[in-house]
Amino acid sequence: MSTDSLYQEIILDHYKNPHHKGLRDPYDAQVHHLNPTCGDEITLRVHLDGETIADVSYDSEGCSISQASASVLTDLLIGKTLDQAEATYDEFLRLMQSKGQLEPDEEVLEDAIAFAGVSRYPARVKCALLAWMAWRDATSQAAATGSGGGSAA
Amino acid sequence: MSLEALPLDVGRLRKDFPILDREVRPGVPLVYLDNAATSQKPTQVLDAMRDYYEQHNANVHRGIHTLAEEATALYEGAREKVARFINASSPAEVVFTKNSSEALNLLAHVLPFGAGDEVVVTEMEHHSNLVPWQLATQRAGATLKWIGLTDDGRLDLDDLDRVITPRTKVVSFVHQSNLLGTVNPVDVVAAKARSVGAAVVLDASQSVPHMGVDVQALGVDAIAFTGHKMLGPTGIGVLWAPLAKLDEWPPFLGGGEMIDEVTMAGSTWAVPPHKFEAGTPMIAEAVGLGAAVDYLTDIGMANVREHEHGLTSYALDALHRVDGLRIIGPATAEDRGGAISFALDGIHPHDVGQLLDEHGVAVRVGHHCARPACLRYGVPATTRASVHVYTTTDELDRLVEGLDRVKSYFKR
Repeated sequence: MSTDSLYQEIILDHYKNPHHKGLRDPYDAQVHHLNPTCGDEITLRVHLDGETIADVSYDSEGCSISQASASVLTDLLIGKTLDQAEATYDEFLRLMQSKGQLEPDEEVLEDAIAFAGVSRYPARVKCALLAWMAWRDATSQAAATGSGGGSAA
Repeated sequence: MSLEALPLDVGRLRKDFPILDREVRPGVPLVYLDNAATSQKPTQVLDAMRDYYEQHNANVHRGIHTLAEEATALYEGAREKVARFINASSPAEVVFTKNSSEALNLLAHVLPFGAGDEVVVTEMEHHSNLVPWQLATQRAGATLKWIGLTDDGRLDLDDLDRVITPRTKVVSFVHQSNLLGTVNPVDVVAAKARSVGAAVVLDASQSVPHMGVDVQALGVDAIAFTGHKMLGPTGIGVLWAPLAKLDEWPPFLGGGEMIDEVTMAGSTWAVPPHKFEAGTPMIAEAVGLGAAVDYLTDIGMANVREHEHGLTSYALDALHRVDGLRIIGPATAEDRGGAISFALDGIHPHDVGQLLDEHGVAVRVGHHCARPACLRYGVPATTRASVHVYTTTDELDRLVEGLDRVKSYFKR
């Protein structure tokens, strides 16, 4: 096991040049999540348009894994329907809980397959999941307020 | 600096710690620099605990069979060793707890203060000397105040007169910071606290393992420390307080061992220290701590301190030369211990720690249970390297080499 399996080139690219970073209007729900063990933090907003995720914006501070994960999340989920996004979340969560024993589905996860190696480092799984947990929380709040008119999470 | 320049035969001493010889993966020897979190244990400690279980195991006190008497003698013998180690005037002043946190929670429960009173801590406290006081002041309707920090990682002593007032009932502060390494001027803070009649509590978790601590010279009302940071096992800590105080304070936890006479209507208390030791204690752990105290006493705490002071100077010099590295805490080894926190430009501590582990270097990353101090210095987390009596300058060189590799990895 080498750190190269953890720090894939894709992860380092997203870390150095994060996509969709910065908090944007409009939004339906905003959440703040943190990882108390290492101090990673994220503020994340979700904007729904009916059943579609119109935008996910975020401001965050943390390690390369948590930052890259937020960036990959926005690439994957913006423009998806709530059902599609939920399926993607489920697949990513399954990968993170696999302890390196799962061949990731590239059709569903795209760049997120780079996180397969992270699942072998229990201390880092939380870093990779931080943005995803925040997204799920914000989406369920947004859906509950009815602003998007959909049901989620 | 070579090892010969240091006062200890570290090479010989390291043979007592088998774990220091292991590799973290094939061909990568361990460099253990996470001593502020917990220290490694010499075979003498492990043997003492094994011997206790193999030859003497029984519940302590009140037994009249041979094993019970031997176990009691070992348990109380450990208390005597600890008492001598910190120069307590009597073993009865040494209360065994689970760890420092439990000792500090005990103090937060038994020290008297009420609505309108004030308790003072500092901004560099470990959560274990902050959260118990938050809980206790909230319960009592009292106010929690704190002494701030200077930019170079020291207590802001100009704050003392503002923060400590006639309403202050307790001043509880850390002897040596686990995050910053700072050794605080106990005499100055204690004198101010005494001038307003406040009780003085010292969190000595990071000082007792690394310097000679003489409780009679400190001039405080209580100290707390833990066994596992001083070459002993986990699961045992110590509260020291003068006998008169232990007599005066009410019990903390109730149960067996801590009583004198029990009826359905009420109970009276055993004399200290037993008054504060409810239930079957951690006997094997006490025996292990006693062996750790013997081990440190054989080395001599003055030698431990001098060795670690040398390591701290060496580490600070080496780290100051690393481009893009900022030390969080005092920049020099003066009044400073060997827990060194730092931030590396543009690279999160979590990534630093992960890549150092790849090179066998074990450091700790995060807020080190001292989040308010991290916030004070504008960092969400730090990387912390910390030494102990068995640490070598070669190991510190490996740390610095590792940091160079971390930087080149992330700059590629």
